[in-house]
Amino acid sequence: MALRIPPRIPLRTTINGDPYELMVKPYQTLLEALRDEAGLTGTKEGCGNGNCGSCTVLFNGLPVNSCLVLAPEAQDGHIVTVEGLAKDGRLDPLQKAFSQHGALQCGICTPGFLMAARAILDSNPHPSEKVIRAGIAGNLCRCTGYDKIVRAIMAVARGEVD
Amino acid sequence: MTGRKEPRYVGKRVIKADALEKVTGAALFGADARLPGMLHGKVLRSPHPHARIRAIDCGKALELEGVKAVVTVADLPPFEEAKAAFGGELMIDQVHLRKLTIAHDKALFEGHAIAAVAATSPEVAEAALELIQVDYELLPVVENALDAMKEGAPLLHEDLYTDTLGERPKAPSNIASIIEGGWGDVDKGFAEADVVLEKSYETQMVHQGYIEPQACLASVDADGNVTVWVSTQGTFNAQRQLSALLMIPLHKLNVVPLEIGGGFGGKIYVMLETLAILLARKSGRPVKMVMTRAEVFRGTGPGSPAYIDVKIGAKRDGHLTACYAKMILDAGAFPGSPVAGAFMVGFAPYKMPHFKQEGYDVVTNKPRVQAYRAPGGTAVAFAVESALDQVAEALGIDPLELRRINAVEEGDLMTSGQKYNRIGLKQLLERVAQHPAWTQPSSGPNRGRGLALGAWQGAVLTTTAQVIANTDGTVTVVTGQVDVTGTRTTIQQMTAELLELPLELVKVNVVDTHSAPYTDLSAGSRTTYTMSVALKNGCQDLVAHMKRLAADLLSHPESKVRPEDVNYSNGRFWASRGSEQPSVSWREVAERSRTRGPLVGQGNSGRLPPAPTFAAHVADVEVDQETGKVRLLRYTCFQEVGKAINPQQVEGQMQGGAGQGIGWGLFEYYFYQQGKLLNPTFLDYRMPTALDLPMLDSVLVEVPASEGPFGARGVGEVPIVPPAAALANAIYRAVGVRMSRLPMTPENVYWALQEKGAGVTPRGHAPVSSSRGS
Amino acid sequence: MKLFEYAAPTDLAEALRLMQRGDGEVWAMAGGTDLIDQVRQRRKEPSLVLDLKRVPELQAYQGGPQGLRVGAAVPCRRISSDPLVKDRYPALAESAALVGSVQIQNRATLGGNICNAAPSADTAPALLVYEARALIAGPGGRREVPLDGFFLGPGKTALSSRDILLELRLPPPPAHSHSHYLRFIPREEMDIAVAGVASLLALDPGTGRCTRARIALGAVAPRPVRALEAEALLEGQVPTEALLREAAARAVQAAIPISDVRGSAEYRKALIEVLAYRTLEQCLQKLRS
Ligand SMILES: Cc1cc2nc3c(=O)[nH]c(=O)nc-3n(C[C@H](O)[C@H](O)[C@H](O)COP(=O)(O)OP(=O)(O)OC[C@H]3O[C@@H](n4cnc5c(N)ncnc54)[C@H](O)[C@@H]3O)c2cc1C
Ligand code: FES
Ligand code: FES
Repeated sequence: MALRIPPRIPLRTTINGDPYELMVKPYQTLLEALRDEAGLTGTKEGCGNGNCGSCTVLFNGLPVNSCLVLAPEAQDGHIVTVEGLAKDGRLDPLQKAFSQHGALQCGICTPGFLMAARAILDSNPHPSEKVIRAGIAGNLCRCTGYDKIVRAIMAVARGEVD
Repeated sequence: MTGRKEPRYVGKRVIKADALEKVTGAALFGADARLPGMLHGKVLRSPHPHARIRAIDCGKALELEGVKAVVTVADLPPFEEAKAAFGGELMIDQVHLRKLTIAHDKALFEGHAIAAVAATSPEVAEAALELIQVDYELLPVVENALDAMKEGAPLLHEDLYTDTLGERPKAPSNIASIIEGGWGDVDKGFAEADVVLEKSYETQMVHQGYIEPQACLASVDADGNVTVWVSTQGTFNAQRQLSALLMIPLHKLNVVPLEIGGGFGGKIYVMLETLAILLARKSGRPVKMVMTRAEVFRGTGPGSPAYIDVKIGAKRDGHLTACYAKMILDAGAFPGSPVAGAFMVGFAPYKMPHFKQEGYDVVTNKPRVQAYRAPGGTAVAFAVESALDQVAEALGIDPLELRRINAVEEGDLMTSGQKYNRIGLKQLLERVAQHPAWTQPSSGPNRGRGLALGAWQGAVLTTTAQVIANTDGTVTVVTGQVDVTGTRTTIQQMTAELLELPLELVKVNVVDTHSAPYTDLSAGSRTTYTMSVALKNGCQDLVAHMKRLAADLLSHPESKVRPEDVNYSNGRFWASRGSEQPSVSWREVAERSRTRGPLVGQGNSGRLPPAPTFAAHVADVEVDQETGKVRLLRYTCFQEVGKAINPQQVEGQMQGGAGQGIGWGLFEYYFYQQGKLLNPTFLDYRMPTALDLPMLDSVLVEVPASEGPFGARGVGEVPIVPPAAALANAIYRAVGVRMSRLPMTPENVYWALQEKGAGVTPRGHAPVSSSRGS
Repeated sequence: MKLFEYAAPTDLAEALRLMQRGDGEVWAMAGGTDLIDQVRQRRKEPSLVLDLKRVPELQAYQGGPQGLRVGAAVPCRRISSDPLVKDRYPALAESAALVGSVQIQNRATLGGNICNAAPSADTAPALLVYEARALIAGPGGRREVPLDGFFLGPGKTALSSRDILLELRLPPPPAHSHSHYLRFIPREEMDIAVAGVASLLALDPGTGRCTRARIALGAVAPRPVRALEAEALLEGQVPTEALLREAAARAVQAAIPISDVRGSAEYRKALIEVLAYRTLEQCLQKLRS
């Protein structure tokens, strides 16, 4: 007996500025394609249903839960994952701030928070604490109580981190 | 290694050793491991909370193309060693762990593993699960501990007899054990009291809520050597369990730690690992297994629900005369609820002339609980600290004052009856009394402030580390102690401090079970405390070795330097007499290990007394009288931490623990109906989001522990103990209702308000599994 | 997860053709925030998932004096951040801003929220108070259905399995009106409404009498419902606090909630009264300021 498996689909997409041509399963999520097909395991799965934000990536500039995007939807799209945050060997200020402020403990949620935080600052360089909290409310962290995460993002917004 | 100096690294906010790996996405967690040719494993779980398994037919599943192996209980090697206790925080015996790993004759909870499949893709494995036919005979469900204890309740285990200190009972029961503790004569104490308060409390099953689901990868080579990559709180612990379950000697079983995406007590016993190894063995290929979130909720070990009756007597001047608690803790499907933890915590901060507690460990048709940060502590503190608040009110004494009057000091008794060594509860409470979080008034309608204390004694166990002097003058610390809370960083700090070497020269390597000697698990707030002692011993050992080499280097043919005459400080070995050349550098000595043999300091924590810790939390809330919703306005955690090796990480522990405790207090619970979990998602199992919490102010008070080179205490667990009670007390001050059941969801607060306002019977939106008070 | 095929047609005719493959076999997808999880949980078992986001008709977006047209595949984030919507349809802006997290709102669509037809769908009560109409394309051509008749029950709508929702059409709001949506959830975010109420009040600027009142309830009946009796009580009257309270109490009569994991029926009724009063009161305050 064999399972009827729909054929894979060629996917041409840009990930972290690099062109990718992947063969993805039509029912595969973008999260699975990033991890299993592109080998980018920095993006994490915490729940698989949009509830935790650990799978957050920027899709055409906007933060989305990659566990709720089908891989073939990324056709001709632009994706940025945590692996693409540092540019030319220079860390994103958020990456520095998270390290310096102790905004990560176990670190499983960190890639998702960094992407959500990047999106906040991209749309609003000087967010209030409330705006920051709203912008990361779709990301669960169980280790930090969010205090140091919020402070790290505030530090970047205030230009305290280069 | 000379006398006390101003510390260079200890007490500093050193950036986490693993920060860079984690902010770049490079760190490898449980689900990130992969091997060529690996298969994907999936678990068939019981949809029924209680059922006899009449037959399992895997025939069709095996016929599916791509399926490489199916395992059931029949694949477990026969059980040999009777009742091998594992010790530690695990509290599960071997027979039960086997039955928990994979159902034997009965499924005992919804989510109990029945069979597992390995296939060439996750989708084939999933499809195969649906082809496995299980013939279940449904049995009546035992939903909660109170029902379980009733006469004639359906039995989970026909061979479970209540363990009391007396003789063995005649009939089996769902009560696994009854324990008692205390001193004096509580009846006498209550008779002497001016005020006696008696009340019952209830808490629900909750989950640790680590964001990383359980995951592992197992591989078996042609010689039968097994390697498992896994995120776990203790690799040696996992290794011992697997060895016992699968009858594999330790030298053929290697457990490799991956980054752990949160554990909080929930990643202590093996689950998927056993099945993955069996599948890998049977298929001859590596097998990877990852749980879904729903599986995590249903199939792992959550935190224990509790029913707690408290009775407290006090004199008019506030002195306690007697304290009593009866605690019924639900262990889920197999014995081992954290009654002992609850015993340790509840009344620990207080001097009590007369004291008694009784504990019941009870089995029900729910997942077998595991430890959850200060296991047992949050529930019992919710009860005791709420009750004390009422005693304070009845006596007209300020709640902080009442606690100060009764606070324990060195020499007073711990709940175990042993004496406290150096503790800092008085200093902690003094700090609270002076802090604006307490002194500034909380004002406004429907607003109130609550205070609660928490205690945690901490586990001790044994910790090992090896300190290796590399030939270029750098130092590697090798340990099997997995880093759950930032210990790589604190090990680096402490080692550099102890060796008086620059921080950058020290690297910490957390290795697998075949690359380091045994060390106990990372849990129970024990890691930093015991590690500080292991490192002190390891560094002393290393320096002693090096002094011998240094002595040779400093000697001349005419004047021989003896090792006892060599001093070490700040990276140099000095001859105190008898040599013309005054010193050699660390590096010069280390270089000699190329020809003179290994320079390794063996560090072992040995036997240590506990280093108890205390916390006091202050919560300001506002309650919406019309909806019952509680809004947190301000939250301050005070904690006595001994010595904060890394204050930033200590604050992180305090804030994380407080966040979990607040979630437990306000939102979180397993919603069961007939033994089936109705909220196995993060949408309906509501953990706090960033919008639900304010900044969590942390105030560290340092009273050094009596043991250890720096006076560090375990700080990780106690912060989850006070929050629920602090919130309950704040809600009372805000709107005048005493919440006796967790969580204090808007609906539960709403009904409590209705009851107070109009004498309406509360219809608390109780989880269906709880039968009291609803 | 059911193993399905995927197609993303770029024109409507092709999309409609693919929809004809039959009952339950083809499921349309907009943002996928409901659908993907439902498929994973095997609540839906498509053999083909039809991604409608590349169909131009579903991306239509036009606002002006004539009203508002929102293509079914327009994400909530776009709607909630549009100044025109915030100004003229505040209840819609507020509700669209409540759907899930930022990440969800970048994907979740108005069309998906409506077609999924959860009783708790946040945008439904708002669309009901604006008397929105759904433009539907199917094998028999196009038709417009008032939203009041669109919801039939949990997950059930006026759409057949071969129909596609093209857009939602909102008439201009009445003059001198204000509207407001409030929902109740235990947390501050990432929760599904335990109860939700959208209210719209229009006042005659001269007499101060209520010329139109619309109150719609979410999560308290098999489908989002209007509280007609409460509306009737308000219309023609000069609203006072007492009248608003009475209307709020009457709104509860339209609620026939169930008890489930998110709340008991009694509690939900109590919440409806609170939310109805608060939304009405807010509308009135805005109108009088
Ligand atoms: C974490 C999380 C939080 C959420 N929070 C909320 C919340 O707060 N409030 C709320 O209301 N909802 C919430 N939702 C549910 C969901 O996000 C919304 O219902 C959303 O609006 C659905 O839109 P979508 O475009 O993603 O729909 P999809 O998932 O794409 O589709 C939903 C359904 O509609 C059908 N459909 C979609 N478009 C069409 C069309 N044009 N024609 C015909 N049929 C169509 C699909 O076949 C499917 O059955 C949440 C979901 C998640 C995962
Ligand atoms: S894994 Fe995507 S939101 Fe949790
Ligand atoms: S750091 Fe562990 S979940 Fe956020």
